[in-house]
Amino acid sequence: MADYQPNTVLSTKEYNVVGTRPERHDALEKVTGSAKYGADVHLPGMLHGRVKRSPHAHARIKSIDTSKALALPGVKAVITGADFPRLSTRLIDVGEGALSNRAFMSENCIARDKVLYKGHALAALAATSQDIADQALDLIEVDYEVLPSVMDGREAMKPNSPILHERLTTKGGPGAAGTLSDDEVGEPTNVAAHYEYATGDLKKGFAEADLIVEEETHTKAVHQGYIEPHSATAEWLPNGEITIRCSSQGQFQIREQSALVLDVPVSKIKVIQMEIGGGFGGKLGVYLEPLAALLSKRSGLPVKITMSRAEVFEATGPTSGTHVKVKMGVTKDGLITAAEAILVYEAGAYPGSPLSPGCQCILAPYNIPNAHIEGFDVVINAPKVQAYRAPGAPPAELAAEVVVDEICRKLDMDPIEFRRINGAKEGTRRVTGPLFPRIGFMEVLQAASDHDHYNTPLEGSNRGRGVAVGFWTNGTGPASAMASVNPDGTISLMEGSPDIGGTRTVAAMHVAEVLGIPSSDIKPQVGDTDSVGYTSSTGGSSVAFKTGWACYEAAQDVKRQLIRRAAMLWEVDEEDVEYKDAMLSHRSDTALSISLKDMAAQLNSTGGPVVGSASLNPRGAGGAFAAHIVDVEVDPDTGKVTILRYTAVQDAGKAIHPTYVEGQIQGGVAQGVGWALNEAYYFTGDGHMMNPTYLDYRMPTSLDLPMIDTVIVEVPNEGHPYGARGVGEVPIVPPLAAMANAICAATGHRVNELPMSPDKVLAAVKNGGNGR
Amino acid sequence: MPEVWIPTLMRSLSAGQDRVQVEGSNVRQVIENLDKQFPGMKQRLMEDGRLMPGISVIVDGQQSQLGLLERLEQASEVHFLPAIGGGL
Repeated sequence: MADYQPNTVLSTKEYNVVGTRPERHDALEKVTGSAKYGADVHLPGMLHGRVKRSPHAHARIKSIDTSKALALPGVKAVITGADFPRLSTRLIDVGEGALSNRAFMSENCIARDKVLYKGHALAALAATSQDIADQALDLIEVDYEVLPSVMDGREAMKPNSPILHERLTTKGGPGAAGTLSDDEVGEPTNVAAHYEYATGDLKKGFAEADLIVEEETHTKAVHQGYIEPHSATAEWLPNGEITIRCSSQGQFQIREQSALVLDVPVSKIKVIQMEIGGGFGGKLGVYLEPLAALLSKRSGLPVKITMSRAEVFEATGPTSGTHVKVKMGVTKDGLITAAEAILVYEAGAYPGSPLSPGCQCILAPYNIPNAHIEGFDVVINAPKVQAYRAPGAPPAELAAEVVVDEICRKLDMDPIEFRRINGAKEGTRRVTGPLFPRIGFMEVLQAASDHDHYNTPLEGSNRGRGVAVGFWTNGTGPASAMASVNPDGTISLMEGSPDIGGTRTVAAMHVAEVLGIPSSDIKPQVGDTDSVGYTSSTGGSSVAFKTGWACYEAAQDVKRQLIRRAAMLWEVDEEDVEYKDAMLSHRSDTALSISLKDMAAQLNSTGGPVVGSASLNPRGAGGAFAAHIVDVEVDPDTGKVTILRYTAVQDAGKAIHPTYVEGQIQGGVAQGVGWALNEAYYFTGDGHMMNPTYLDYRMPTSLDLPMIDTVIVEVPNEGHPYGARGVGEVPIVPPLAAMANAICAATGHRVNELPMSPDKVLAAVKNGGNGR
Repeated sequence: MPEVWIPTLMRSLSAGQDRVQVEGSNVRQVIENLDKQFPGMKQRLMEDGRLMPGISVIVDGQQSQLGLLERLEQASEVHFLPAIGGGL
């Protein structure tokens, strides 16, 4: 057992810069408040926009009268859905596998014929002041035909449920997306997609089992909870050029989606990425940008729209409410013989829940010979869901890991030992088909079982320890970077990934490592869509992998050019020149050497600037595993759960900047704990969110959490120059189940419906929970 | 010959077979040849000469970034899975 340390890095390879903890490049701006976020944009003549939103969860729009609003002095433009081009339901891939149905994307920005959730935008206006805009909003008159709504996915699947989309039908198979093409006919339904995965012989597998355990878990929609609200400022010039300033998780994705909704060429739009105050998947799509752009076109002036907190809750994309059933069979020795999972994911008003990753992650940690996974993507009258940190995986693993915990309890097995016996390794075939490449699950389990936390007995009444594991696939995508050598030997680095969690410093560290200079000698910045090559969104824990790699290659390009330049200067062959530790040297003639700084000063007189660039789309992101251990105490009188200790172990491949990795782990745990204990969208029966403020939507604060201990395991990802794996998402996967298992250990009762708020825990204790 | 794993919901097209050996040096060729063996496969996997939106190709355990153009070895294993992106 290793000595206890709150944060540990089990490093397997050392570098000069990679793996160190340099100061972040944006530290001063962030701590002094000078960093510019979306809502900080102010342009000359700028108008203030507001959005008219539906008070009903489901209604047909009979008419909209904007004349009174437009007549109010100071109002410069009013738009409705009718002002936008009517788009086909054709699906397009907008990168990283994300699907866009053009019509649905447009109608989610602004409704045309029907409103499908409370808060659904149906008109927007721009005025000379916020007050006038507010006043004018009330003058827009809308005549609705209110329709019955459906707020639960299981209800929405029933035959007589209210139908949201007349053109929606269930499609099965890998390309499922749930929309009829323009020339297809079919019965409408709320089930947009049906996925199925099968391996082995399920019946035979369950017949071989000595013990079969089944659990069903339920989660409600939760929001990513980013601090910065959505804000977009658009300027549509007379020549048709459009500039959009906003914070998002991908300036190129905002450009593409805005172009689709507005039906203009992407080349007409420039998106300038502002600093982002949190996204967690929720800022991958457009909401305000096309509205602000069209208002600008109509008014001839720049228009800014910023959401209120209530609008963020009611009109952006939380994650799915879910209903997941898992059944697992094991031998008396704890070997899994079969497993079955059924997932129902609520997509909100339009198809596209994170069902696919939910299905692909739910049983991924285990080697299961006989299994069946089935999933349903279901629309309901709630905001269209968006990605949220490891989208789909936390509620899926909640169900699976609760079952595993119950098996361990019944077999009286050590929970880590059970996972070691059944855990996935390199070459394990996933239930969904592919073989795992080199993964670090066994090393994660070893580090967890070695940890002081796991080896310290938990004493005291009403206390319990929970263990859970999680998997996330990690993503990749196109990325671009450009490194310019400055005359003083520093490097200006332009890259395309919006910086969430310190990624610009991680990008800079890749360059610094290659060039043998400190990270502080790199000046990284995130380019707009006209300044840097295409880069896919900051999502899927992909940035350190793909953009880091692009920066690595751009630095290699710089290195090659500097070697060429030195060879020219010394009149020798390039092969005779080497670059090491920021020095260019002749391999045999020791008299010939020059530092990067001295060489940089001579660039313009030896051929001109040196700019290295790289664009790539690498494969091999490498999935990541995590194991979490948590101790809780449950107040038997109130049901309040207090977290006594939390340890998160995770394979990072290679932690480029360990402090950021630790921050990602701790942040993921904090969000997972909130999801487990407190957070939820509470709707009335007719679809009104009852808690659209941070007073009533209860996210954990520092007072609710202990210091979260971290262990970074490093099993290098063979697909990356420094072995990095994505780190941002997998830490939110295990906490839901870890908390559920700890509460069960403390009380002897299962609470399978999240959030496990005091009332539910108390009821479980008093009434026997789910019967155990 | 590359081995193609048939998605569960498409096995009605392959007479229930969960994997088949198919000639082809890239994913496009494999789909074309798969369709010759089991008509209808191409329609489920491709659209307008491109991979159907929302489908990920997994080759030898790794998600392909080249899709139809991904080169295959004789011993390659090919899977077609729903893309991970939640998307709109």
